[in-house]
Amino acid sequence: MSYELVFEVERGDFETAGGASRKIKKTLQQLGISSKIIRKVSIAGYEGEMNLAIHSWGGTILLQVEEKEIILTIQDSGPGIPDLHLAMTEGWSTAGVEAQRMGFGAGMGLPNMDRNADHFEIESKVGNGTKILMKFFL
Amino acid sequence: MKLSRVQELLEAVVLSGESHLDDEVLTGFGCDLMSDVLCFAREDAILLTGLINKQVLNTVDMANMNSIVFVRNKMPSEDVIKMAQEMNLLVMSTKYILFEACGMLYANGLKGAHLR
Repeated sequence: MSYELVFEVERGDFETAGGASRKIKKTLQQLGISSKIIRKVSIAGYEGEMNLAIHSWGGTILLQVEEKEIILTIQDSGPGIPDLHLAMTEGWSTAGVEAQRMGFGAGMGLPNMDRNADHFEIESKVGNGTKILMKFFL
Repeated sequence: MKLSRVQELLEAVVLSGESHLDDEVLTGFGCDLMSDVLCFAREDAILLTGLINKQVLNTVDMANMNSIVFVRNKMPSEDVIKMAQEMNLLVMSTKYILFEACGMLYANGLKGAHLR
């Protein structure tokens, strides 16, 4: 089994944000993945999608379903995170008023992605953007 | 507890997903911060919140939660109701504030839906 899907997420689009995560959830349900794993992928993917809408200049979510794992790669082209250690700290956030109005921007997104994924990697460079790789073992 | 009992206790108006009123719910989570719902709420719980935007529906969907009650007489836009209908999600609205609504459900046997 090998399956791949790419979704684009636009900056600041809180009206349609979440659409990619809903499609990812439906796809995984159709592939017969267990609901426990779908929940972890859905939550981590949705946190990533909201982060793209809130913080990035726009980016992509790549879903790969392999025989033994599901891989989510969330990537943007900027602005990048100056201090990754701070960004991974629960409660620390730079999100604006609009995100907070939606119930986000509490500084829980990245730590929650890390918590739900079996493997979590983040790399970021100011000016270049951020890439998050998450693996969920089947 | 049946969701129809939740509706009765909270004197709630059903906005979508009426066919789920016969379903059971065991736990509840009251919160206006969707980030915390995604971190701390257990699946299959009912969410009580004062936020009424589309991201509340997405949060409940991603976290496999049961249904939503909007508190403080909050009424979402037609767009949000339509999205809830398309998702076949039970959504209600009650006049009670979050504290009262949670208290009534807890006093009638619903437990807290915390993960830890």
